[in-house]
Amino acid sequence: MLSRTADHLFWMARYMERAENTARMLDVNYQTSLLPQSATTAEEGWRGLLSISELTGLYSQRYGQVQPREVMEFMVRDESNLSSIWCCLRAARENARAVRGTLTTEVWETQNQTWLEFNRLLKDGAFERDPGAFFEWVKFRSHLSRGVTVGTMLMDEALHFIRIGTFLERADNTARLLDVKYHALTAHEFFGPVGVTASPTRATPLEVDFYHWSAILRSVSGFEIYRKVYRNVIRPERVAELLILRPDMPRSLAASVNEVVANLQLVANQDSGETLRRAGRLKADLQYGRIDEILATGLHAFLTQFLDRVNDLGAGISRDFLVPMAA
Amino acid sequence: MKHAFDEMCLDLNGDCAVSAEATAPAAVRAHYRTYARWLQGQSASLMRARREEAEMIFRRVGITFAVYGAKDEDGSGTERLIPFDLIPRAIPRQEWNRMAAGLRQRVTALNRFIEDIYHGQEILKADVIPSEMILRNAQYRPEMAGVQVPGGIYSHISGIDIVRAGNADGSGTYYVLEDNLRVPSGVSYMLENRKMMMRLFPELFSLHRIAPVAHYPDLLLETLRAVAPPAINEPVVVVLTPGMYNSAYFEHAFLAQQMGVELVEGQDLFVRDDFVYMRTTQGPRRVDVIYRRVDDDFLDPKAFRADSTLGCAGLLDVYRRGNVTLCNAIGTGIADDKSIYPFVPKMIEFYLGETPILQNVPTWLCREPDDLAYVLDHLPELVVKEVHGAGGYGMLVGPAASRAEIEHFRGLLRAHPTNYIAQPTLSLSTCPTFVDSGIAPRHIDLRPYVLSSGKGVQTVPGGLTRVALKQGSLVVNSSQGGGTKDTWVVEE
Repeated sequence: MLSRTADHLFWMARYMERAENTARMLDVNYQTSLLPQSATTAEEGWRGLLSISELTGLYSQRYGQVQPREVMEFMVRDESNLSSIWCCLRAARENARAVRGTLTTEVWETQNQTWLEFNRLLKDGAFERDPGAFFEWVKFRSHLSRGVTVGTMLMDEALHFIRIGTFLERADNTARLLDVKYHALTAHEFFGPVGVTASPTRATPLEVDFYHWSAILRSVSGFEIYRKVYRNVIRPERVAELLILRPDMPRSLAASVNEVVANLQLVANQDSGETLRRAGRLKADLQYGRIDEILATGLHAFLTQFLDRVNDLGAGISRDFLVPMAA
Repeated sequence: MKHAFDEMCLDLNGDCAVSAEATAPAAVRAHYRTYARWLQGQSASLMRARREEAEMIFRRVGITFAVYGAKDEDGSGTERLIPFDLIPRAIPRQEWNRMAAGLRQRVTALNRFIEDIYHGQEILKADVIPSEMILRNAQYRPEMAGVQVPGGIYSHISGIDIVRAGNADGSGTYYVLEDNLRVPSGVSYMLENRKMMMRLFPELFSLHRIAPVAHYPDLLLETLRAVAPPAINEPVVVVLTPGMYNSAYFEHAFLAQQMGVELVEGQDLFVRDDFVYMRTTQGPRRVDVIYRRVDDDFLDPKAFRADSTLGCAGLLDVYRRGNVTLCNAIGTGIADDKSIYPFVPKMIEFYLGETPILQNVPTWLCREPDDLAYVLDHLPELVVKEVHGAGGYGMLVGPAASRAEIEHFRGLLRAHPTNYIAQPTLSLSTCPTFVDSGIAPRHIDLRPYVLSSGKGVQTVPGGLTRVALKQGSLVVNSSQGGGTKDTWVVEE
């Protein structure tokens, strides 16, 4: 397969996955903001969302104060924000268009239709009318796109590069999502001695934990899974374990990295040995890791390092397969 | 101007017979009668619904062409649909057979001509064409002199534009308007239009016996494989596109997909040790045949335009060594140049010893003083074309032009007579077309596609019919408001 083709497929999948995860984060923040809480807490949620996407600077430049509506506007349809859903869906569609001959008709038409329909919905005011339903729509278009891909594509290199893109992006996004706690509030409040005493105007730590961590779970469709796996109250360390280490949780870091490794093995070439080794090592670290160890070194530190390693994998894949330097 | 020949209706008094409520069957040409009866049974609202359906499908499938510098309101940038008309253009089998024979003859002669020009130049020695018209022509590529190409074929894919004009006995006469031997486009619309018609009106295909066209990609692949460099058993064929922002990108992707070959851009190719390779995820892979949809000038920055990023450096050298085949060959422009066009009938006689089956439109070469004098005297009735122009630009349609436009062209003609040819204003035939006001006649042309390899010359029945949607307009180019129709070759 042409390297450029593989590159477009990889990025098509990444952008679609990113659009979905952005919709997931926005949806959770939006739902959380409907709960009775102090304005500060709500604002912290939106601030955290911008921070984990590394967009705080761009946002404040364009909008100034953090306002829920404006953050949503910025993350949904702002053309200057390359991580907005609009930009992600456009990029997914443009990458698909560049290799439409490699995709099945169904896959291409799904991508194209998503883009056309998204713009129509925006124009019709669907987002303003019901943000929740709108985010749900984005998620389902992503489900559809993945399903159509797996259901119709020949199981060859093209599919493997699409899968690598999907899961590399998902690993990145889930890690960022988990890190939101660090960005939203100061870390010691949650992973250190909790010095906050309950007061009538402020929720108890247990309550804060519950709403915060259950929101994170919901954003990865993991609330029911959590109950099923642990049959227990929501505890941060268990949520972290579920989303980092459980290989059977479809959006966890472990599950995502497993998929990356499996697909990477299927496309291996003479240059990809080192990338494969690093991917395998990351997989092993998750496979044999323990949550108490991770928490002992600090969740934020762990996730930061994880994001670096995912980023390094992306660069390796790009070098070995997608944009080979050698003529 | 007399009323144009209408493809469907025998007697036209400025209106199409099928738009009237009561149509005398006698007023409809034989091969259209079944269709005309069917059409009368369709309500305008149903037709409108079908047209909307077609548009929706074309948009979803992404059958679009790019317009430079335009921006759509929905942010999809520069992609436009080519309007698709629901009423097909039908050609009786007998007429098509004759046209196909004429096309084979013409394209064979054109290929012989190009081979001759880059080798022995017999036709120049015999004084059939003045030498300076070839050797001083910008389309003549000295790089190609003496280069052997597989099967002696230069134009593997030819698009021959044909129009029909009224004649004395009312049967209409086909004329070749121009030959397109460089990178003729549009064949994907021929295929998609048929698919659309079968989807929208399946019943029509049981009412008629319509020759199929869907095997075109197979013929194309067969042609491309047949002209691979000798001694290669399983040639690697690719389609070379300028990229997704090119106006015909959809077609490039479509053809590559239909043939099951890679769609490459210049950046995917490189030259090493006298061969062309593409960069793949499994390392370099040799390429044997390039169906290139990039103009000569952009093919190789080392040989032609140095600023081109669309080509592959060193390609020309590999090509000249015979280690890769380019389809079409470099330098075919010398045969489809408008100043060479008037000589095609003579080529047919010279190379094949045959009488041309298809007619040329009478043409005045403004480089000849006598012709120029005539043209200057008759500008308001003539069509004047720039020799190297394309896409309906740089031309004067005398009868439709203002006095100022005519005077402007008079100046151009006097200053650079060799840049222009002139032809009588042909009244292109019309075909009933479903427009906003209902069914009305609109002017059409036809572009059949002719495939040549060392093994023979083939066509699929019909081609692409383009229609000028503006009332009275003779310009069918999609860049200027033209649309397309499905083209039927109907068995009688």
